[in-house]
Amino acid sequence: MQNYLLIPFLPLAAFLINILFGKRILKGNAHWVSIIAVAGSWVISVMTLFDVMSGKTLNQDLYTWILSGGFKVSVGFLIDQLTVVMLIVVTTCSTLIHIYSAGYMHGDTGYYRFFAYLSLFTFSMLMLVMANNFLQLYFGWEGVGLCSYFLIGYYFTKKSASDAGKKAFIVNRFGDFGFGLGIIVIFLTFGTVYYAPVFSQVGGIAAKTINFLGYDVNLVTLISLLLFCGSIGKSAQLPLHVWLPDAMEGPTPVSALIHAATMVTAGVFLIARCNAIFSLSGTALTVVALTGAITCLFAATIALVQNDIKRIIAYSTISQLGYMFLACGVGAYSAGVFHLYTHAFFKALLFLCAGSVMHAMAGELNLQKMGGLRKYMPVTYATMLLASLSISGIPGFAGFFSKDEILWLAFSGPSPVGKLVWLIGTFVAFLTAFYSFRLIFMTFHGTFRGTHEQEHHLHESPKVMTIPLILLCVGAIASGWVGIPHLLGGGAHFMEFMKPVLGHPEGHASEATEWTVMAISVVAGFAGIGLAYIMYVVKTEIPVKLARQFSPFYKLLFNKYYIDEIYSFLLIRPTIWVARNILIGITDGRIIEAVVNGVPSAIGGVSRQLRKVQTGFLQHYATIMAMGVLVIVALMLLRSA
Amino acid sequence: MVPLDWYLALSAAVFAIGVLGFLTRRNIIIMFMSVELMLNAVNISLISFSHYLQDMRGQVFVFFVITVAAAEAAIGLALIIALFRNKATAHVDEMNEMKG
Repeated sequence: MQNYLLIPFLPLAAFLINILFGKRILKGNAHWVSIIAVAGSWVISVMTLFDVMSGKTLNQDLYTWILSGGFKVSVGFLIDQLTVVMLIVVTTCSTLIHIYSAGYMHGDTGYYRFFAYLSLFTFSMLMLVMANNFLQLYFGWEGVGLCSYFLIGYYFTKKSASDAGKKAFIVNRFGDFGFGLGIIVIFLTFGTVYYAPVFSQVGGIAAKTINFLGYDVNLVTLISLLLFCGSIGKSAQLPLHVWLPDAMEGPTPVSALIHAATMVTAGVFLIARCNAIFSLSGTALTVVALTGAITCLFAATIALVQNDIKRIIAYSTISQLGYMFLACGVGAYSAGVFHLYTHAFFKALLFLCAGSVMHAMAGELNLQKMGGLRKYMPVTYATMLLASLSISGIPGFAGFFSKDEILWLAFSGPSPVGKLVWLIGTFVAFLTAFYSFRLIFMTFHGTFRGTHEQEHHLHESPKVMTIPLILLCVGAIASGWVGIPHLLGGGAHFMEFMKPVLGHPEGHASEATEWTVMAISVVAGFAGIGLAYIMYVVKTEIPVKLARQFSPFYKLLFNKYYIDEIYSFLLIRPTIWVARNILIGITDGRIIEAVVNGVPSAIGGVSRQLRKVQTGFLQHYATIMAMGVLVIVALMLLRSA
Repeated sequence: MVPLDWYLALSAAVFAIGVLGFLTRRNIIIMFMSVELMLNAVNISLISFSHYLQDMRGQVFVFFVITVAAAEAAIGLALIIALFRNKATAHVDEMNEMKG
């Protein structure tokens, strides 16, 4: 437990080394520093895991960060069951993705910069999960947001990439504003921002109301919803999901690490961490559950018809994050975190496989131009297939256990919207299987639809890329085995492990019902795969026909429900209009420019007149002087007379 | 004995000639001489007051003025030569670089 400090600070050291010496000294070797640092963090995280499993937790202040009157914040670390699971997720994914990046980014001009940012990200994420107070959490939260911005806009010479980076940053501002307010309200209410006192005292204010914008609202509900605002932004839930698909402009390892496995799950982590607060507010939980369920359905339907391989996976991520929120919303925090943990593996794997495909296709992203890649890239095919089976919830794979746990607890739990979100969740399980296998079939089966040149270029990726794929694949299959439910003869160890932090609701229904619920979700998964097989392998003309038949609906999905266009119409264009016509036109053009230009031109005008007095002829000055003397003398004489 | 007024009238006349010369002539040498005239007009009035008031301080003061005038003449002539070398003229109308 003594070495826990090294977990975040090793990546920080790697960041500093790379940013200072990367360009001139390390160059193509920059990855070694980062990989060694992150691998070191991983080793210590695993050691910490064993410590926590043997019952040792830790909550320690390290350094007083801010001390002002009654307000005190430290850099402090809380290591408990939830933290340690996040540590394992973050460091494992991060290590494997660092290794993969060494192959994927090979020869890139900003090689050192890429690894520096990746390390900084890992540091921020670790600070986020290890914090013992809200302010340090917020620090990590903004840190990962900043790194996300850097890495989305990594290819900054490309306009779409730098735009996507800005979009991600700005959209997150909306959520973080609420999150910041939430922390302020917490401080005003409890006088502290430390987790421990806040969570222990929150029960005492459960019934308190506060006047907010003219309405009497429950204080706990207010705090929960404000915190949830932050989660919505960071975890790309409706209505702030728009940045995540665009974030795919970044390099693929970044998509895998930041926009699938770790950063976007920070919102779920926040809710799980604050479960003591959320559990007291039925309203907030219902909002969380419904937001999750709607996002989950919404993103899955979009993913059905997209052609960009990375965007499909991005919408899939949004959808799976929706599952996690759905779980938290029905009170099944440990199931949500369990899904977070299994999802990290199979989703990172999906992204890295997509990256491997892109590598072979020379950057091509369009599914319509792929096909038949199976025989060229067997390792990528096998690992991606297994990841897809996992996300589809096929029994035995990681995704099955976590998804099943969520759906079962939604169905049987006490939540008033439980049955509804269960229904949505099950339907989305079907959609998930469908779009995941649509992607597999269109990419790897059938015949190649790209150019002849591309076909000639097809090859399996180098070992440095395929080995992380295989390792992550092990996670995508086996990571769920720690949480096999009692029903299937497992010990539900994961849930038991999380119990001290997250509690664990028991389903209130018979075993037969539990079997039925499980059977339905499994059938949904298989049905999705089957339908995808029929539509994209057996009778490939069906999708085209369907698209034509349901043209308006297809277009709606293809254009992502026109959300970007709606935002553009409602927010962006009015903002630009105000900026252009009022701020530039009136404030800047008429008022500021008038003052700024008016004062000098007035001075100029006066001086132009005055300048005429100064002719530059000595004698003119002398004349004026002599006249002046005459006038003075005349005055004196007149006065004395 | 010549009354004081006459001296003062002479002084005023010389001074006026100096001022007018300075203001109206364009040749810088003439203007310089006009300045000397004005200085000497002042000297005349100082001397005459000194004599009539039987106070030697006036005459001492005149010596100072003459000294300063001598120094001024040396510097002034040096400046005029410098100007002439640059401009090839002693005409003040052509020296208006200071014009704003």
